[in-house]
Amino acid sequence: MSQITTQEYWRWPEYRYTVPEKDWHNAKILTAGIDIGSVGSKAAVMLDGELYAYAVIRTGGVSEETAIKVTKWALEGTDLEIEKIHQVVGTGYGRVNVPFANRTITEIACHARGAHYVYGPTVRTVLDIGGQDCKAIRCDERGKVLSFLMNDKCAAGTGRGLEVFADLVGIPIQDLGKVSLQVEKEPQPVSNTCVVFAKAEALALLRQGWSKEKVAAAYHAAMADRITDLLTRVGVSKDFVITGGVSKNDGIVQRLSRLLNVKPLSPKIDPILAGAIGAALFAKALQEKHLGLR
Amino acid sequence: MKAHYGYKDGSGDYFIVIDSDKCDGCGECINACPNGVLELILDEFDIEGGTMVAVKDEHRKKIKYSCAPCKPVSGERKIPCVLSCRTNAITHSW
Ligand code: SF4
Ligand code: SF4
Repeated sequence: MSQITTQEYWRWPEYRYTVPEKDWHNAKILTAGIDIGSVGSKAAVMLDGELYAYAVIRTGGVSEETAIKVTKWALEGTDLEIEKIHQVVGTGYGRVNVPFANRTITEIACHARGAHYVYGPTVRTVLDIGGQDCKAIRCDERGKVLSFLMNDKCAAGTGRGLEVFADLVGIPIQDLGKVSLQVEKEPQPVSNTCVVFAKAEALALLRQGWSKEKVAAAYHAAMADRITDLLTRVGVSKDFVITGGVSKNDGIVQRLSRLLNVKPLSPKIDPILAGAIGAALFAKALQEKHLGLR
Repeated sequence: MKAHYGYKDGSGDYFIVIDSDKCDGCGECINACPNGVLELILDEFDIEGGTMVAVKDEHRKKIKYSCAPCKPVSGERKIPCVLSCRTNAITHSW
């Protein structure tokens, strides 16, 4: 399978990896987490709660097939088969379509649990900004969700809002964040948070002779304001992490850090995998329960 | 766990908050709701399972309007779902 790259930066190249020094034959508990998202699907295979193999692919038309494909690809080159895995947990939007899953868990719970693995156990707030929605999750020291909020009503504050703006100013979406930071002084945020109106407002500013950088700054500032607004409802506690495609946009990340007065942690593993890893950790808990260990 | 269902817009914050630690899935609030806003869902937040109440998907983006009949602008507010819940698992942000 070849690697695919795309212009839309919150979609990912397809890839797989096996941790070389690990041997599954020595493991007591073999688990997998399968995260079927609307755009990408991920599989994480864990040995006694340690990451062993994973894969990320584009979600196809039939979720069941995608689930099998991503899991088989994760296991490629190993002699481990799906049937030998003790427990499998499905998560994400297509979680009910994982044919070999023993249970389903929401992506919110898996994201929080996975963020603990990816960033470390000090994580208390997870902000996930994807292409279509924005989730704010607060969790405890074990990665258990204390409070969450999901916004999918409005595109402002999601990757889609950025896409609209990138088209408008003709700047490649992956450069947008950087461009928005190339201003000497931060302008007033655009006053409208709704994408449709914000677009009109940005257009008007461009006509008034504002530079693209300045308009980009005003637009990013408005997005960061909006996301901050949402976050204050669930509360922000340290440590704080930003996941999802928009976490790659520095213009948003730096402004959010300033507004919230927190510095996001850096991940040890691609945070795209957080949901699948969380699911595999829930699968481990399931197996421990099954064995009477908890 | 506190689940926030709803949104925030230019006119305010519109969230129904369900506390899963208090909700035992008795379903009283669902019976009390005149507009079919609430439903019982599987608790997919942990491996223990069980059921809990949630705001139906189709109401999450228009909750301000779905719940408007229960929220007179003046006079005494008697919100049926909140009143019906013995464990105080439901709160509204507006
Ligand atoms: S009445 Fe309260 S406890 Fe019963 S289902 Fe509704 S929220 Fe849960
Ligand atoms: S406020 Fe009224 S319409 Fe809204 S959920 Fe409660 S009972 Fe149902």
